[in-house]
Amino acid sequence: MHVQPQSWQNVELSLVPDALAGHDSPWILAARKTAFKRFSEHGFPTKREEEWKYTDVSLISKRGSLAPDNIPPDAPSEAKLLAWALSGEGMHLMVFVNGHFDSELSTIDDLPDGVQLSSLADMLDGDANLPESLFSQQHEHTIFAALNNAFVTDGAVLKIAPDTVLETPIYLFLIASGHGVAIYPHIIVMAGENSSATVIEHYMGTLDAHNFTNAITQINVGAGAKIEHCKLIQEGPAALHIAGVHAEQSKDSSFTSRSFVFSGRSVRNDITSSLNETGCLCTFDGLYLLDDKQHVDHHTRIDHIAPCCTSREYYRGILDGESRGVFNGKVIVHHGANQTDAHQTNHHLLLSKQAEIDTKPQLEIFADDVKCTHGATVGQLSDEGLFYLRSRGLDADTARSVLIYGFANDIINRINTPYLRQRIEHLLLDRLPQGDMVKELL
Amino acid sequence: MLSIKNLHVCIDGKEILRGINLDVKAGEVHAIMGPNASGKSTLAQLLAGREIYKVTAGSVHYLGRDLLAMSPERRACEGVFLAFQYPVEIPGVSNALFLKTALNAIRKYHRLPELDAMDFLTLVRERMKRVGMDEALLLRAVNEGFSGGEKKRNEILQLNILQPRLAILDETDSGLDIDALKLVADGVNDMRGADRAIILVTHYQRLLDYIVPDAVHVLSQGCIVKSGGADLAKDLERHGYNWLETGDLIKQIA
Repeated sequence: MHVQPQSWQNVELSLVPDALAGHDSPWILAARKTAFKRFSEHGFPTKREEEWKYTDVSLISKRGSLAPDNIPPDAPSEAKLLAWALSGEGMHLMVFVNGHFDSELSTIDDLPDGVQLSSLADMLDGDANLPESLFSQQHEHTIFAALNNAFVTDGAVLKIAPDTVLETPIYLFLIASGHGVAIYPHIIVMAGENSSATVIEHYMGTLDAHNFTNAITQINVGAGAKIEHCKLIQEGPAALHIAGVHAEQSKDSSFTSRSFVFSGRSVRNDITSSLNETGCLCTFDGLYLLDDKQHVDHHTRIDHIAPCCTSREYYRGILDGESRGVFNGKVIVHHGANQTDAHQTNHHLLLSKQAEIDTKPQLEIFADDVKCTHGATVGQLSDEGLFYLRSRGLDADTARSVLIYGFANDIINRINTPYLRQRIEHLLLDRLPQGDMVKELL
Repeated sequence: MLSIKNLHVCIDGKEILRGINLDVKAGEVHAIMGPNASGKSTLAQLLAGREIYKVTAGSVHYLGRDLLAMSPERRACEGVFLAFQYPVEIPGVSNALFLKTALNAIRKYHRLPELDAMDFLTLVRERMKRVGMDEALLLRAVNEGFSGGEKKRNEILQLNILQPRLAILDETDSGLDIDALKLVADGVNDMRGADRAIILVTHYQRLLDYIVPDAVHVLSQGCIVKSGGADLAKDLERHGYNWLETGDLIKQIA
């Protein structure tokens, strides 16, 4: 691909690694350089690429430097407050400020036996027994994975021993603040056989943050393990967020991904899972509420590689203002993946005439004896529903909010972590007119 | 309580009600009968505030006030209730949340304290028993997956909980078996009272065996062509239903 000379190419990678984690380690340096070379050769994707048809990344290339900050700022006070509240909830909490682990705000001391949770930077700087294969991403789903690999500052590495059940979620709270920052977290989860855990990744930006966040989450789900990954995006109104969540599943494992987007200027999530051995269950849920000129793009991909696996996907989007949503749900049933059971639905609610959604279910089936279904709807609030509610005394605003809440509830109801369920419910209702009234009644 | 004068109503330029005159006093039960497409449901929905209908002439006064100037929610708060012919499904919203929201919206309007969860549940459970409704339906989404009978009972439950001054029942009897019909009728008879008026819109006489009306009106092609007492419904029943299609009998008995 022809590369346009752009300002980001002025970044001389060799100047950067000195300040990045693992700079004393030759293999890490080499991995960063290889990744950066790959990124430079490819360049930013353009709309001519099918996978990037609807999402314009020129906002990122125009930003100037792509290099991460070396020194994080102090956490903004509202983030400190939330971190305090979260540790009060008993979560195993890791806080990151502009991509750097903040040990003071974090509470990861009381992890049960068999659970190791560390900062990626600490591991890279220390006697990292992190396998190179985990650091250098094997599955480069998008070119942004390479960019993340080149510049990654920090992240979390969670290792769960076989048969270990983690009752309390691991809560990764990633805060962005300040102008022109680039943030590169890398989260690695290795779940041993028959282990079970929930990991919550919560991105929050301050109102004035102009961050570009490029995150990668890699999850290995061991045989019989049950892992739930919830990602909540509450970035600032100017933030650009591009991320990948990539799972690999072993025999009889269960992986659930839940993606929630409530704010951010432009968000792209690539969520994938590879069902490598028989008996896997994979569930992808998503919910987003967009307004103004927000742009949110979900590209999901489920690879049925082994036979007798089940996948379920439920995405719902609510779009207001001049917002734009993209949903591309790919399910590939590979040769030999017989008795696959795959079901996908996505529903979108358009609240304004200017809002737009591009939705595309994409089933590619190369096996026999499979059950694959998908359904997509795009609609508006029902007039009849509004009249019904108003005829029972609800004012027009409350009636609308109740209908929108009902639309979203299908996804919210399935959240297993009560704290998160309530948080999502409130984030939704806080945005709806008369939402407080509905909140009181729940 | 309700006074309709020379009411003309259009939808999409087509005139559906053509000069309705009707007076309903507190304490009375009126039945409005008539063939399909005679304008019965239009009248019922218009009274509840459905905005797709356009009033081209005439007036409707409720308790001396201009009903047509009020929003649907204002009418509900002022005591107008419509039991829908086709109750709407509201996915994702539990019946309990819906009932509580409705009840508290109306109580708030009258500056009454909102009911807390316990008081609300006690009230709803008792009323559900009275209309023969399964308590499990409280946790299900409003009308979603309800059978026809369950939907109608749900309307009667709302009627009982919201305690309106003017209740309009739009073909609440249609699609009910005889046991369900009796339960619905009991629910409505329960509501009869000196300061409440009820309008029953119905296709069939059979409901009127259980709820004896004070007056019966026959609506045809947007006009009330005949009014009378409870016996009028029986006359119509005796003459069979052919008139529903032809309107001949209406001329005959008019």
